Amino acid sequence: MTIATAEPRRWNKPPLIKRAWLRWALGLGAAVYLALALGTIDVNWVRVWDGLPRGVRFVTAFFPPDFTSRWDEIAEGIAESIWMTIVSTAIGIALSIPIGIGAARNIAPAPVYYFCRAVLAVSRSFQEVILAIFFVKLFGFGPFAGFVTLSFATIGFYGKLLAEDIEDMDPAPAEAVRATGAGWLQWINYGVQPQVMPRMIGLGLYRLDINFRESAVVGIVGGGGIGATLNTAFDRYEFDSAAAILLIIIGIVMLAEYSSGYLRRWVQ
Amino acid sequence: MAVATTEVKKIWQHRERNAQLAIWAAWLAGTALFVFSFQLISEKTIWAFVWDAPTQAGDLAGRMVPPDWAFIAQLGRPIWDTLNIATLGTVAAVILAVPIAYCAARNTTPSLTLVRPVALFIIVSSRSINALIWALMLVTIVGPGVFAGIIAIGLRSIGFCAKLLYEAIEEIDEAQVEAVRATGASRAQVTAYGIVPQVLPAFAGISVFRWDINIRESTVLGLVGAGGIGLELNSAITTLAWTQVSLMLLVIVATVIVGEWVSAKVRHAII
Repeated sequence: MTIATAEPRRWNKPPLIKRAWLRWALGLGAAVYLALALGTIDVNWVRVWDGLPRGVRFVTAFFPPDFTSRWDEIAEGIAESIWMTIVSTAIGIALSIPIGIGAARNIAPAPVYYFCRAVLAVSRSFQEVILAIFFVKLFGFGPFAGFVTLSFATIGFYGKLLAEDIEDMDPAPAEAVRATGAGWLQWINYGVQPQVMPRMIGLGLYRLDINFRESAVVGIVGGGGIGATLNTAFDRYEFDSAAAILLIIIGIVMLAEYSSGYLRRWVQ
Repeated sequence: MAVATTEVKKIWQHRERNAQLAIWAAWLAGTALFVFSFQLISEKTIWAFVWDAPTQAGDLAGRMVPPDWAFIAQLGRPIWDTLNIATLGTVAAVILAVPIAYCAARNTTPSLTLVRPVALFIIVSSRSINALIWALMLVTIVGPGVFAGIIAIGLRSIGFCAKLLYEAIEEIDEAQVEAVRATGASRAQVTAYGIVPQVLPAFAGISVFRWDINIRESTVLGLVGAGGIGLELNSAITTLAWTQVSLMLLVIVATVIVGEWVSAKVRHAII
């Protein structure tokens, strides 16, 4: 009796991209792009070297940060940011509900659908800061411009997600409500709303969190809130105050994240 | 479902009485908070400027039309810089996010008590500070230019990529890891053959998704001096060259939409 012996074979990891030519083309393309991109960046190493002590000063400013000497300005900026966040999230969500419903393909007629989708696309394409520049021009400096900016940005975010959620809903319950002879508003309220509500509450809290973070930057271009205070601190090279502001922002965002996780569990 | 019995008839009610009361109370508190906040904002607002806004908007719109199409010839370099900031920043962030995510995921972290909290703190601080603020800091440190923008985008994206990646690592199928371990593989081999193949699609998806977000973010970094099209936009706004501004806004929208389309295509191909 002979024992059949197989040739010893070595197992090789299968490649991520199966087509060889595509693998090579992508690799080559990436290499060429990197070479071109890195070639066009001129880093002024002398300037970087000069700036390093400033960087060290900035890092050391965190130990300890200076909460006291500018405390009044910081407190006012934070309070303004929080009010802006609350008002803009509420108004932004209120406005995004009709637009989101209009942008859902399965319940809106075609002209409404395209109009609402266009509004959402414009709102989402521009970064908050660009919007803020224009709203500051229109409404003057201060928290009102910041609030309008954040509301407008909220519409793009919340409206798009609401529309997608409505498009993914189960049509059967909505159909059942319609079969009872419900009017359009009743149909939306009892057939559609309960299906999207749990996720939308979570997203609303998430947007609250985003709006607070963004409120820190609209101030840089004049939209009020903590960003204005932060920008002033940088302009004065008061890194210890800036460090204090950044730590407060991080603290509030962490707090918001934990409490929104808790709230979401409670709601669902 | 609750049914209230009033003498003889049964009436269908949407909710129990207590639930209904709690909801009303929440609405009341929310409305009060909203009115209070709005009142504080309105105190700091010069309403004459607000009422004047429609006229101002009309005026501004009039100045922005038609866009200065000839100016597009000078926008090639700024757009190239913007794309570089987004791409190189994403690449840097992704490379740094991998070890942080590995340390933050419950099932792979070297130490739950020491390393994991540090990794989570890095993730939160990176996520809570906007790219523009990172840029503001870096411009004072490394000087104005594309380099500051790349680092700013990178620092901002680490948190996002690491968070999504560590969540993906925590959701892997442990059975496969167990199987690789049972062959006598070392820790590094378990990672390479048991964990990496499972999270690779998620990883690629996250990177492309973040790249798409970063294109949008990098359009504004120039406002604080960190290079890209924001630099041109800022100088056009300060010199009141509104026809150039409107052209740049169109270019930005086009770039963002193309970026979103590419990212959607790539993610569709991977997942």
